[in-house]
This record gives sequence, C-alpha cells and structure tokens, in this order.
Amino acid sequence: MVDFYINLFSSIELIKSYQSSIFIISVLLAGIPIFGFMAVNALVAVYVERKVSAFMQDRLGPMGHGVGLHAGKWGVLQTLADAIKLLTKEDIIPESADKKLFLLAPCIIFIGSFVAFAGFPFNEFLIAADFNLGLFYILAMSSVGVIGIILAGYSSNNKWSLYGSMRSAAQIVSYEIPAALSLLPIVMLSGSLAFKDIVLAQTGSTLGILPNWFIFNNPFMIIAFWLFFIAGVAEVNRTPFDLPEAESELVAGWMTEYSGMRWAFFFLAEYANMFIVAGVATIGFLGGWLSPIPGYFDGSIWGVFWLVSKTSFLIFVMMWFRWTFPRLRTDQLMRMCWKFFLPGSFFVIIGVGLWDLIMR
Amino acid sequence: MSFQKLGMELLLIKLKMGGNKINNQNLNNNTDEEMVLNIGPQHPSTHGVLRLKTITDGEIIKKITPYIGYLHRCFEKHCENLTYEQAIPFIDRCDYIGSMNNDFGYAVAVEKLMDIKVPEKVEYIRVIVAEMNRIASHLLAVGVFGLDVGAVTPFVYCFRDRERILDLFEMLCGARLLYNYIWVGGVSHDFPIGWVEKTYDFLDYFEPKIIETNDLLTYNKIFIERTADVGVIPPEVAISYGVTGPNLRGSGVKWDLRKNDTYSIYDKFDFDIPVGTGAMGTIGDCWDRYYVRIRELEESLKIIRQALDQMPRDGDVYESMPKKIRPKAGHIYSRTESPRGDLGFYIESDGSATPSRLKLRSPAFTALSCMDEISKGWMLADMLTILGSLDIVLGEIDR
Repeated sequence: MVDFYINLFSSIELIKSYQSSIFIISVLLAGIPIFGFMAVNALVAVYVERKVSAFMQDRLGPMGHGVGLHAGKWGVLQTLADAIKLLTKEDIIPESADKKLFLLAPCIIFIGSFVAFAGFPFNEFLIAADFNLGLFYILAMSSVGVIGIILAGYSSNNKWSLYGSMRSAAQIVSYEIPAALSLLPIVMLSGSLAFKDIVLAQTGSTLGILPNWFIFNNPFMIIAFWLFFIAGVAEVNRTPFDLPEAESELVAGWMTEYSGMRWAFFFLAEYANMFIVAGVATIGFLGGWLSPIPGYFDGSIWGVFWLVSKTSFLIFVMMWFRWTFPRLRTDQLMRMCWKFFLPGSFFVIIGVGLWDLIMR
Repeated sequence: MSFQKLGMELLLIKLKMGGNKINNQNLNNNTDEEMVLNIGPQHPSTHGVLRLKTITDGEIIKKITPYIGYLHRCFEKHCENLTYEQAIPFIDRCDYIGSMNNDFGYAVAVEKLMDIKVPEKVEYIRVIVAEMNRIASHLLAVGVFGLDVGAVTPFVYCFRDRERILDLFEMLCGARLLYNYIWVGGVSHDFPIGWVEKTYDFLDYFEPKIIETNDLLTYNKIFIERTADVGVIPPEVAISYGVTGPNLRGSGVKWDLRKNDTYSIYDKFDFDIPVGTGAMGTIGDCWDRYYVRIRELEESLKIIRQALDQMPRDGDVYESMPKKIRPKAGHIYSRTESPRGDLGFYIESDGSATPSRLKLRSPAFTALSCMDEISKGWMLADMLTILGSLDIVLGEIDR
C-alpha cells in the first residue's frame, strides 16, 4: 500500500517535488487503517471471547435487556463500555517504579504487534508494506514485544511482575524457535518467503476435491501446522501457556501494576498478536485468502473474507483451548519446547524434504 | 482418653507456634540468591485471608511460613459468654463452606454432654443435610482446585451444581450459606413439602455431572502433569501432623470417623471410604487428594439416597429438644467428620447456661501446618496447587 500511495502522489504534478512529505503521508495512510483494524479486532475479539467463555460455561455473558443504561442487546456494547472506562481511568504509576521504562513498556509492546501487522497481507493487494521476505519479517517483529514485557516486569518494581516477565522471556524466546522451524517446510514447498508467492503456490486443487493448501500437501504438513499453531499459542501467552500472567499464581504477572489506558494497550497487543499468529498459520497452511472451494468465490473482497474467517476460526480454537485446559508449569513448558517441539519440527523438515523428493 | 489426645494436640500446636518463631529469625539470614515473597493476605489463590511468607530461590520454594489470624473473631471466647443455643450461629461461621457439618458436630457434642437421645427422624434429617453440605463443600474444593491449576471452566460447572444444593438449603431453612439448622436435640424445621422429591431430582441430576468433571478435569493430561507426584504427604507425615479428612485419606490411610468412630446413624448406611491409591503418581500426591474428594461425592450421594429411602416420614423433630440447655458440670470431647476432616468440640460445662470453655479442633489448621514440610523444593506454581489441594477454610483456621 505504501508503494501504491507513493506512486499515486508522485504522479500528481502539483506535489511531485515534496518527496519526503509524500513518503510520510503515504506511510500514515497505510498505517492508520492498521491501527483501526487492531482496535476493532480487539473490541470484537474481547466480546467474542467473553461470549464464547460464557457459552462454554453455561452462562450468558454480557447481556443487556430492556430500557435504560445497559450494554446493548446481547451486550454487544460491553467492550466499548470497557474501553471507555479504561481510557477515562486514573493513570497510576507506582511511586517506586522506574518511570521512564514503565511508560516505555506499553509503547514497545504495542509497536511490536503494530509493526508486525505492517507486513501482514489481507489479500493479494491489501498489504501495508509488501516485502519479498514477509514471513521472516513477521516472525522477527512478533518477538519485539518480549522486550516490552521484560521492561514492564522490571520497571514495575513488583515481585509478581518480575516473575511474570522472567517466565515470559524464557517462554517466548524458546517458542520462537519451534515456531520458526515449523514454518520452514512452507518455505521449502513454495520456494519463497513472500506471502504472495506462498499463497499463490497453494492455488488449484489436490486429489480432485481438496484445495491445494499446504496442510493437505503431505502428512508431515499436518504435524507442522499443529506444531506452529501450538508454539504460536505459547508465543502469545494464551492458556495453557499463560504462565506470564497466571492469575492464580502471579496475580496478573507482568501487568500487575498497570491499569487504565496502558493496560488497554497490552490487551490490544495481545489480541493483535493472536490475530497475527492465527493469520500466519492461515496463510502458511490453510491457503490464506484462497477460497476453500477451488475456483469459486475467489477475488479481492472474497479474499479478505476468507482470510479473516479462517483466521477467526483459529482464534476461536485458541479461545476453546483457554476455557478447557489447565495451565502448564514453567519447567514442563520448557521441557515440552526443547524435548518435543524442537525435535518434532526438525523431524517435520526432514520428512517434508524427503516426501517432496520422492513424490515429485 | 479423648481429653488426653486433646492435650497432646494443644502441645503440638504450641510446639509449632514456637517453631514458627525460630524460623522467623532464620528469615533474616538470606543469601543473595533468595527472595522473600509475601503471598497474601490479598492474593487470588490463598482461599481467604492467609499470608504465606515464602522464601524463594528463583521459582523454587525454600521455606514457607503461614501467618494466620486475619480472620480471627475470638470465636472461642465469644462462646463462653453465649448460651448453648446462641453459639450455633457462631459455629456456622467457622467453616462457612460446611456449616451443616459444624452444627452437626456441635449438636452431637452437647447432646453427649446432656445425654439426649435424638429421635430417628432427626438423625436421618441431619445425615441428609450434612452429606448434602459435604457435596457442596467438595464441589467448591474441586472447582477451586481447578482454578488454582488454571482451569476456569470446571470451577463454573462445580458452582452451577453447588447452586442447586444451596437452593435446596434455602428452601429448607431460608439461608444459603450459614444455616443455623441443626439445633441441640433436634433441627429447626422438618423438611418442607416437596423437598424430598426435589432432593431426589438433584441426585439424579448430579450423578452424571461427576463424570463430566472427570472428563473435563480429572483425566486431563495437563492436569495430571500438574498434580501427580506433586506435594506428596507420606502417611506417616500426615499422621504425625494430625492431618485428617480427605487429605489423610489421600495419603492412603483409611480413616473416616463416620466408619471408624461412628456417630449418629452412619453405621446404618452402606458406603466406602475412598483412599488415595497413587493411580497417577505417588500415594498422597495432590491428584490423590483431589480424587478422594471426587470419589467422596459419589459416596455422599449413596448415603443420601439410602437415607432418603429409609427415613421415617412422620415424627416430631422437636420431640427431644430440651426446654433449656443447662448441662451438668463436666466436660466432653466429641469429634465428627466434617468435609475437611476430624472436627472436634471440647466443651467444659460448669452447670450454667453458658459453656465455661469451648474449644474447636480445626481440621484445616492441621492441614495448613504441614504446608512447609510438603511444599519445600517445589516451584511457586506447585505451592499454590498444594495449598489448593489441602482445601483449607480460613474461617475455621482463624476462628
């Protein structure tokens, strides 16, 4: 989108000479919709999460009924009300906190997921910054947030926060590796790191009926998908891997001392990260913006629809996890990563390589 | 004989308190590696207002010192100034999760002191409500234990089922938590019309729900990983600390006062005493303690069903209720099986309308006392799992 805007503005004679301004305006034009999308995504996802958890637990969740001040029919305005509450809350910074770092941490966490979104494609054309190594870029950017988490935990000057951030650092850094390794087979099969090429390699159909998505390419890819998805769940700190904020152990983990808008930023980033992990899984394994019925319902608008619905389904699965499983312990988490996920992803890489060599 | 046992217990408590003081001094000699972590009194997993002063090395627990008393209400001193009837609401508030069992224990104690023989119908009513209350209490324990290991949904399911018991109790005596239902020499009301049928409905409803909990939580791989082999209480340690109830049975000791030192009419019913078998790990681990509670839900259902079937339908619940409670001078120690273990009442009477001394032997207190011994060397997360598996109620510990 940035390139598109720059070309567009450069073609206008009147403003052609202000190259730096054109660049800034183009970046803003591409970036503001991303911010909007992140906010809307968090609003919707929080509402859905509350409703999903409620239905799984025999409850109703947020509801509004009749006249008067309430959260709308079925409580659809609940998250909006929560957002307003968070934004208008008193801004508390603990007295003994390291103020600068305390203020910096939410920014870093938010920037981490925002920057990752810049490389995320919604369809063939709708991508803020089109790289030829988009997959690599998103993997790199999605781990920026951990710096913010460590800063938040350290600067709060609270033991719970420190525990949370220590756990988080260990967890995210560890699970980066199997997550990245289990994405390697995609690169092997498509021969590219650009999202566009990865999705284009999945067009057509296989075995007559199934779409030619990478997950149906060979049995190893199914394992790779699960490895990536579970490692992704661990990377975004969701149950059963929500140790950094384990509410029954660490009160609220690294975000214990945060409230109001800063805390809202953490939330925004968490749901944005969920979307990115689910989105990368969709693009890498589930055909991205391609229709599940090969040859039908393809096109730009349909593309956005398919991508968002597949991603939303994966996000729903994450919520399903959260309201079903207990939490792992730190050492069990590490053992799972280094003893099962890492060898597993190597096994998958070799398997996919051999399969490709023999079957092709 | 029971008095001697009580003396031993008091001595043990005294020793433990002295022990705490010595440990406090050790707290100051930390090395640089160690951190003192104050868990509570405001913490989501301390099951009330309990403070655990924890010395940690990274996430490994080095030492735990429980500090209690945040909920102290001078219960025992209060009772010295209240008549025997007036003490019952205070006894309700000790173990507020298992109020019926508290009242039951107290009523049995005073009746022993006064040599009152309660009519059979009252005995049945008492057993039914006490076992219902045991189910409610165990449901809370199971649900909250799930919450401690991070599973939220089983907690909500358990509370949904517990709600039905509370509704039944509300129908029975108007209160949902603090019942004041079992009185000395009787109960405050007979069963209301339709209550027995509703209880049968509840039993039919609840039986499959245990299987649901098992599917969702008990045999969950992560749950087993988190609880099996964690926080093992060997039988001899459990006995030496005076741990009772499901915690003791989880360690494989078949000790249940309903069978071993039977009171009321528990000898008329056919039920098992579930004990920990180490099915998933070692005998006496958190999973065993948890599973004993699950099994006890089934056993309580069995008892309630038999009691409802056998109960005489007509009779007067006020028949043996004394006009005024004025036991002759003397003392009694009586113990009953509450959801948390051996609940003992020591009552000393000087012949007046108020007890000259009333002591409550709290099973949760002894369970908490072995916390340091069993959670040393485990991680922070395990420590809270162990605390959850002990199922303590701070109202009873602090009194």
